Amino acid sequence: MTELTLDKFEKLKNELKSRQENNNNEVIISAGTCSIAAGAKDVIKVFIEEFERNGINNIKIKQAGCMGLCHVEPTLEIALSGMPSIIYGNVTADIAKKIVEEHIINKKVLTDYTQDRPANDIISEKQDNKSEQKQFRIVLRNCGIIDPENIDEYITRDGYSALKKAIFEMNPDTVIEELKKSGLRGRGGAGFPTWMKWNFSKEVESEIKYIVCNADEGDPGAYMDRSTLEGDPHSVLEAMAIAGYTIGAKQGFIYIRAEYPLAIKRLEIAIQQATQYGLLGNNILGSDFSFDIEIRLGAGAFVCGEETALLASIEGERGMPRPRPPFPAIKGLWGQPTIINNVETYANIPVVILKGGEWFSKIGTETSKGTKVFALTGKINNSGLIEVPMGTTLREIVFDIGQGIRDGKQFKAVQTGGPSGGVIRANYLDTPIDYESLKELGSMMGSGGMIVMDEDDCMVDVSKFYLQFTVDESCGKCTPCRIGGRQILDILEKICSGTGTKDDIEKIKLIGQAEKSASLCGLGQTAPNPVLSTLHYFNDEYMEHIEQKKCRSGKCKKLVTYSVIAEQCIKCGLCARNCPVDCISGEIKKSPFVIDQPRCVKCGNCYSACPVSAVSNKSEAVLLANH
Amino acid sequence: MPDTTTIYIDGKEIKAQKGENLLNVALKNGISIPNLCYHKNLSPTGACRMCIVKVEGMRGYMASCTVNINDGMKITAFDDELEQVRKTTLEMLLSNHNDDCINCTRDGDCELQDLAFRYDLGKSQRTLKSLVENTECYNDLSSPVLDYDASKCIQCERCVKACYEMQGKGVLSLAGRGINTHINAGWQEWKTSECDGCGQCVQSCPTGAIVQKPISGIRVRKKDIEKKVTTTCPYCGVGCQLEISIIGNKIVKVEGADEIPNFTKTCVKGRFGLDFVDRPERLKKPLIKLNGEFIEVEWEEALNYTAQKLTEIKNKYGSQALMGVSSARCLNEENYVIQKFVRTVFENNNIDHCARLCHASTVAGLANSFGSGAMTNSIEELEQSDVILITGSNTTETHPVIATHIKRAVLFNNAKVIVIEPRKIDLVKYSTLWLQEKNGTDVVWINGMINVILNENIQNQKFIDERTENFNELKKTVEKYTPEYVEEITGIPTEQLIQAARIYAGAQKASIIYSMGITQHSHGTDNVKSLANLAMVTGNIGKKSSGVNPLRGQNNVQGACDTGALPNVYPGYQKVDDPNAQEKFEKAWGVPLSNKFGLTITEMMDKAIDGEIKAIYLVGENPMVSDPNISHVREALESVEFLVCQDIFPTETTELADVIFPSASFAEKDGTYTNTERRVLPVNKIIEPIGESKPDWWIIQEIAKRMGYEMNYSSHKDILAEINSLTPSYAGITYDRIMQGEKLQWPCPSIDHPGTKYLHKDKFTKGKGTFFAIDYIPSKEIPSKDYPFVLSTGRVLYHYHTGTMTRKTKALPQYVEGPYVEINDTNAQNLGIESGDTVKVSSRRGKIILQAVVTDKVAIGSVFIPFHFAEAAANMLTNNVLDPVAKIPEFKVCACQIEKVISNPEKAKICACQMEK
Repeated sequence: MTELTLDKFEKLKNELKSRQENNNNEVIISAGTCSIAAGAKDVIKVFIEEFERNGINNIKIKQAGCMGLCHVEPTLEIALSGMPSIIYGNVTADIAKKIVEEHIINKKVLTDYTQDRPANDIISEKQDNKSEQKQFRIVLRNCGIIDPENIDEYITRDGYSALKKAIFEMNPDTVIEELKKSGLRGRGGAGFPTWMKWNFSKEVESEIKYIVCNADEGDPGAYMDRSTLEGDPHSVLEAMAIAGYTIGAKQGFIYIRAEYPLAIKRLEIAIQQATQYGLLGNNILGSDFSFDIEIRLGAGAFVCGEETALLASIEGERGMPRPRPPFPAIKGLWGQPTIINNVETYANIPVVILKGGEWFSKIGTETSKGTKVFALTGKINNSGLIEVPMGTTLREIVFDIGQGIRDGKQFKAVQTGGPSGGVIRANYLDTPIDYESLKELGSMMGSGGMIVMDEDDCMVDVSKFYLQFTVDESCGKCTPCRIGGRQILDILEKICSGTGTKDDIEKIKLIGQAEKSASLCGLGQTAPNPVLSTLHYFNDEYMEHIEQKKCRSGKCKKLVTYSVIAEQCIKCGLCARNCPVDCISGEIKKSPFVIDQPRCVKCGNCYSACPVSAVSNKSEAVLLANH
Repeated sequence: MPDTTTIYIDGKEIKAQKGENLLNVALKNGISIPNLCYHKNLSPTGACRMCIVKVEGMRGYMASCTVNINDGMKITAFDDELEQVRKTTLEMLLSNHNDDCINCTRDGDCELQDLAFRYDLGKSQRTLKSLVENTECYNDLSSPVLDYDASKCIQCERCVKACYEMQGKGVLSLAGRGINTHINAGWQEWKTSECDGCGQCVQSCPTGAIVQKPISGIRVRKKDIEKKVTTTCPYCGVGCQLEISIIGNKIVKVEGADEIPNFTKTCVKGRFGLDFVDRPERLKKPLIKLNGEFIEVEWEEALNYTAQKLTEIKNKYGSQALMGVSSARCLNEENYVIQKFVRTVFENNNIDHCARLCHASTVAGLANSFGSGAMTNSIEELEQSDVILITGSNTTETHPVIATHIKRAVLFNNAKVIVIEPRKIDLVKYSTLWLQEKNGTDVVWINGMINVILNENIQNQKFIDERTENFNELKKTVEKYTPEYVEEITGIPTEQLIQAARIYAGAQKASIIYSMGITQHSHGTDNVKSLANLAMVTGNIGKKSSGVNPLRGQNNVQGACDTGALPNVYPGYQKVDDPNAQEKFEKAWGVPLSNKFGLTITEMMDKAIDGEIKAIYLVGENPMVSDPNISHVREALESVEFLVCQDIFPTETTELADVIFPSASFAEKDGTYTNTERRVLPVNKIIEPIGESKPDWWIIQEIAKRMGYEMNYSSHKDILAEINSLTPSYAGITYDRIMQGEKLQWPCPSIDHPGTKYLHKDKFTKGKGTFFAIDYIPSKEIPSKDYPFVLSTGRVLYHYHTGTMTRKTKALPQYVEGPYVEINDTNAQNLGIESGDTVKVSSRRGKIILQAVVTDKVAIGSVFIPFHFAEAAANMLTNNVLDPVAKIPEFKVCACQIEKVISNPEKAKICACQMEK
């Protein structure tokens, strides 16, 4: 690779584009962390071996990032000239062999394994299918399409053209103007207008400024940023360079958690390749603008996703938040003006620059423009990494994209915003997703974790889970978060074990309010949200725990007693066979089965196994009351 | 002019300065917003969240300690919502606090207790469950001076910040997460951390989480304290103001007073090392030696006996046969009386004190270059220096609180520090550049720096032209000191020298700091004059935050010099051979005075052996440990017919005395000390004198009377008044002004003069500053085949001078117990020596046996021995060769040999305690 000047860059891009048009036969295998976990490496091996065995050498085998079809990993796409591109899911080694045989050699699509493309491609104008797609991929435009370890593929799809445009055709003011037009707001959760943040930093006179990418994605169940970095690392690098150009910074840092080794590796490769091409480093594309990016690894503290704690961590200090103002945009890293945006925000920016703010602003709602990526998980049929225009309703996400609840169970709630967010109940399913609506419902956009819950989930238990997380992750600096969280957690433990009182609810509200309003940083300020929102929407469940000592979902072990209702028992013995501790006795076809209570570990296997619902999970207290 | 604005707190109109801290402004205006983590000397933390307020136009609640005042701000400090949240927050703190107030030393003096009372949150009023029992215990009781009780810690970080922001150390940090967050020293525990026990954390803690270990064995609460007295620390020359708490004539607690020059800071000695005052070893009655045995006698007998003996000797051998040695440990008033006694009663100028051993070359050198031999600037100005050049001063250990100013300058004001030192001292960690010179080659690198400066034409020519003389001589001399030549002799790489010269010369405000590493050489005066040259070439003198600053070692060495305890000058540096001065003092003191210079201490030793000196009157000195070549000192003191000692403890020197008078310690008398920055500070009586001890001035006065010279001072006040009347630079530093809290720096020529923060503004004391063209003279004793190592002596933080005070404290010996020698790793390896081994170090004058410490602190070929420890006294080895001008001995360079004696580290300690004679 040689360093590119402006002319050479254009030439290279044209060459790459025409090369691709001439030969686009390829097998694209999704190879993000989750696909690899699901067996993508085996699939790749099969393709290599089979191609060799069959003498196929005109089809490229390529590893790409996440296609977004998490529920059917491993996935792959086959693009052969003369045939429509086909996506296959649930590909095992055997199916892979079949695909080579049938699809590639015999040109016959294996319809049993095909999957719908989640969204149209906004870069190549070739669109293939349905017009009423719910998804719209801006951030994930390259994920699952390009090889993230090959900068040429990024350049082929207009990569670094936005940077080129910014440097040679725009000035810092027009970049900010474009961002302003786009209406892009920070995707880290709070939704602060990006142009405004950049403008603050731009306006501060300082020799030294910094650009920071927050890739410390820590919400349980969230993997948007990891997937973006694994699938398209250059889009973030390019955007950071644009930010550097705009505010006059020469140095960028990507703060990424050490738990993301593949994303780190791909970022390292990307930085190296971009530097070799002269797209990072001194005098980018021969201009006066120079910009370097370094990676800083987080050591696993959730609070380091909070921007001031993140800065402290980069500086080598203990990762603890600092009071704001001054905001980092004015006084950030080592006291210098610093822009901190998260991965998703950055990934939008090259598109905003290339396609223009106006184009971008047409997507989304009045106040929330563009798209949002969600990691849709939980009790849902099609879990996956999705990107939808702002304003899409929860119902569309859960029932159209996600294809409803698993095992035909009842939808109960959806949790957005991770441990900082809240739950949204079924009757609000038609709420369009944007920053304001979610906040009104007591939840928040957050970074994009979206966890679907069904009737088997206990809402007290859910809030306890989230609170346990924030209590563990509290940095310990400010009182309300350090102690308040722990106090609420102890009360929830009490409620879940059947000794809660009505006063406890008032106590939770009091402490929660203090923690919310008086904590130093976002972690503490939002930590009570899950419990406050469940209290609001599922007060009845709390009251059941307190007054009836009952957990309707059976999640709160101390409130559950499994017992076989003798009259209903058909003496099949399935319960005993499924018991892991052998505490159920009885004789098949002869006598009803009986659970030995002291030995029961309350796993609930018998409850699920019973074909006639003869196992009851009512609490002892309830049983006593009934007698 | 700061920008004044009006803000509104709860509707009340308040004038404040823009950018001021909101909480501070509120508190100043009587709006008592509750707070815990805020401390006015520290940066705001915003952790406790008690000081939350509502600010119009800002979202949510703001911690008022983190808000800077802006135009017309409207603030709600108190309403029901805020108070409810505060109360809940406070209850959270209390729920995780071990409120064992009944047994807490901070009972009645605890900020958390105060708030709990204010919000009526007694145990029975609380609704939150106590978490204390379920929280893991992170207590740390390992420090010799303090205890950390995590169950009382509210994680306010005041200790962490006090350690870093005030002391510049950064030893403390938070560890753990969430509810398990606690304070941690270093990596593991206090004992093994870099904590040096200054106790700033103790003083900053709002609760009973970090408390001192009991001093004098007494646990103490605020209400138990009988009285609190502010006085000046008796240790080094910084002159820290200490608030000392007393119960039953015992010192039970020491805190740094929030006053100039230390503003609450102290070092470990000041805070935890004052318990020596009532140790049982204190001298309580006068002692007379009879047949080699000391016998306790009544005061009258001892005074009469001493006066009689001295009179006899004076009559028999003439007045030149007597000599007085005063003390830098004594009050200004006492030094004045002692020198007056020698001059009027002994009728000679044979008066000197230990300044001879430390800064005689400073007094001589700077007086020649500038006209006065003292620190040109104030301590606090250091923080505003752009560049601080430190040479021959291990400031962290010898002037710990001044070191905090240097560290703060680096950490918070971006100052550059250049350290020029053979040893890798603590401040090297804070330095931009460390030039590791070979011992005793100072003139070479200084000339070299001037050479570079002139070569690069970055000197301050205007300053040179207008304010100095003799520049051309200097220019000629430094020509040959090219960086290459300097490297050859000093070992300092040329690049480093050039860089240092550029940094120093390029600074707007550059301070030089030096100490014994410059002065204690046979060419000490040359060294000092060379530093003066360097400052004048760049014009870094005579303005704020730039100058030449010799750090004076002892609490009152500056004052002892100022008040005339020197053989060539009367108080105020008025020359004894100046007829006007002679006349003035003859008139004042009513007797004829000698115009002949007296003997120095170092000369006295030789003259005693020669038989010319027959009687020595020694006040508060211990030359048997502190002076070079101890065998020689012993011979001298044993040669005289009559030796009188005044001291607070028996020492290696008092053993040789014929009469010992018990002196009152600093804690038992009133008077003044003058610190290193020429500031006269009050010494206030804290406790009643131990035994029958008396102030030194009183004892001298009684002897004087009995020898026929009337002295009738009824108190230190009378003496100070006499000093005021005879010492122009002290004329305005009167008792009344001192009592009113003024802490004046001389020169202060009249009672309406504000004192002088820095010297030589617009004009040097002597008129024009003089450049001295100085060539390098090597140290007198350089390594040879038989004695291949260079020995330097010095001090450690935990001990003071000959250890008579510090070694009797409870805490300090726990840090450093006894003697040791630092040997470089490479040399140690070649000699087969490991840390803990017992080694013999010998020079041409003696041998000592002590423990080895293998370290990279000293350079290859160098060794370092602290001189505090009589059982292996470094001064058995040192060379008593003198600087020809200042008569200061060459403590910093002599040749020595090292041999391993025992390699068993278990036995090492025992052997180290036996000095080989």
